[in-house]
Amino acid sequence: MDWIQTFNLTVGVILDPLTAAYILCAIGLSVHFGFTGLLNFGQAAFAAVGAYGMAIGYLTLKLPLLVAMGFALLCVVVFALILGVPTLRLRADYLAIVTIAASEVFRYLMATSAFKDVTGGSNGLSQFGYDFFDWNPIPVGKYEFGPFSWTEDQFWLRIFSFGLVAIATLLVWLMMRSPWGRVLKGIREDEDAVRSLGKNVFSYKLQSLIIGGLFAGMGGIVFVLSMSNVQPQTWVTNFTFMVWTVLLLGGAASMLGPIAGGMVFFALWVFVNEILAGMSNMGWLPFLDPAQVGQVRFILIGLALMLLVVFRPQGMFGNKKELRFNG
Amino acid sequence: MAKDIVVGKIEPGCKKVDPILVADNVTRQFGGLTAVNVEHLEIPRGKITALIGPNGAGKTTLFNLLTGFDKPNTGSWQFEGKNLAGVPSYKVARRGMVRTFQLTKSLNAMTVIENMRLGAQKQVGENLFAGLVQMWRSQEARITQLADGLLARFKLDAKREDYAGSLSGGQRKLLEMARALMSEPKLIMLDEPMAGVNPALTQSLLEHIKGLKANGTTVLFVEHDMHMVRHISDWVIVMAEGKVVAEGEPGVVMKDQAVIDAYLGAHHDTDLGTMKKGK
Repeated sequence: MDWIQTFNLTVGVILDPLTAAYILCAIGLSVHFGFTGLLNFGQAAFAAVGAYGMAIGYLTLKLPLLVAMGFALLCVVVFALILGVPTLRLRADYLAIVTIAASEVFRYLMATSAFKDVTGGSNGLSQFGYDFFDWNPIPVGKYEFGPFSWTEDQFWLRIFSFGLVAIATLLVWLMMRSPWGRVLKGIREDEDAVRSLGKNVFSYKLQSLIIGGLFAGMGGIVFVLSMSNVQPQTWVTNFTFMVWTVLLLGGAASMLGPIAGGMVFFALWVFVNEILAGMSNMGWLPFLDPAQVGQVRFILIGLALMLLVVFRPQGMFGNKKELRFNG
Repeated sequence: MAKDIVVGKIEPGCKKVDPILVADNVTRQFGGLTAVNVEHLEIPRGKITALIGPNGAGKTTLFNLLTGFDKPNTGSWQFEGKNLAGVPSYKVARRGMVRTFQLTKSLNAMTVIENMRLGAQKQVGENLFAGLVQMWRSQEARITQLADGLLARFKLDAKREDYAGSLSGGQRKLLEMARALMSEPKLIMLDEPMAGVNPALTQSLLEHIKGLKANGTTVLFVEHDMHMVRHISDWVIVMAEGKVVAEGEPGVVMKDQAVIDAYLGAHHDTDLGTMKKGK
């Protein structure tokens, strides 16, 4: 087993742009679920709307990349309104059903050949977004920081994506310490109590859905920038569940939770993969052939999610007291 | 005394000198069951009115209807002369008609002081953008001052920083009432304020309710505790099977044969004061 490679891959993924994309989605979900109590099981759709919005804005509408990003976020707002207006009057558990269905509907809509000219059908859209690297202010060269080693473009992509994570975290922090955030926390616990105090609960839930969706949309944009393509099969429900695991690992109602959760989750994700693959290659795991390692990883993630919810529902950074008093 | 309140004859649905809330023909059916069927009802301004009746009489349903938490099959009602039927619950609260709940809705994962602050209305910082740019700081200080004053009055000031979930049931009732007062309502509707409150707190709660009246707030409350009803209310409205069956001053209405039949039943010959819960 190559321990140095295992170490480098494990550490490297911590600052990977894809990790940042998941963290952004988890920050959005912390606004939805952690602070407002909205059970959104369709976070993949918000990210996908951001990703496709940017790709279609750029390729079909021929918008400049920065404008295409703005267009993507506008699409997310529209999607949140379409999803939220009819469903946010329903109880929390119905929202879970509707969001999971909506995210699958959106994914199939993107995959169908009917709109192939715009969406690329099941192959998705690729070979675009290189303008992003024209913005790169960092001189050409190789950048090494301890275990990290990046080209100027890789460095720039990381600055951009983790810059968005920092901005999103700061915004959530500012929102949640304001009276606006206080109303959300009230809604999380008892909508009727908040209503009886003269707050328009529906409007707050819709605002929360939009804002959390916008963070996920940014995650989708980062995802696309780092891959230079967008494909429908990325946005399967597994994506949503990984975001949930990241969020619950870090702590649903905490500022640093999504960041720490995302970094720890992907470090473990890569580490477990390397270890299992290494052991399998050396013949230590006779019952497991190397091709199955990927599946075993998902089994372990599912197990970890269950154990987390049962034994540490507040995650790494959450406040246990906020969870302890229910009813 | 009754002349201050009523115009003309005292009967179910009688006219009041200065009503704050007037309801007409309010009905609510759950399937085949008519839970509420109120032809006419007026609540006198600046008084403490008790709404009593046996379980299932429709008292809480009427509360829910009047405050927009439930929709009636028919009916209209005016608060301070303005129509309130069909108005969503949060707007009802903004108009100055604030309620509490039979099953206490303190927000247990928030601290006592945050519960109180949430009760204040017209907060600048409850707008997302104003909230982000810290425009709410000075208002927050004023709200906190008001909240601290109320907490001291309700003897909850020592619990200020505790989570509401760590309070006793009675203290949560007090907190919910104090929180409702943060909006400085014109009419406060208390749904069983005494349920689950220990006798030591009962006396101070009664004083608080009398204090509200002294401050010009109208009080309407649902209660099974006859001792409390007799003690503090100026006017009593009796409901049974969804209808208003009697009205009057507490001393008079509790001797009314219709009330005794509908409500007091087998206990009519025992002292009402001994009917307190838990005894």
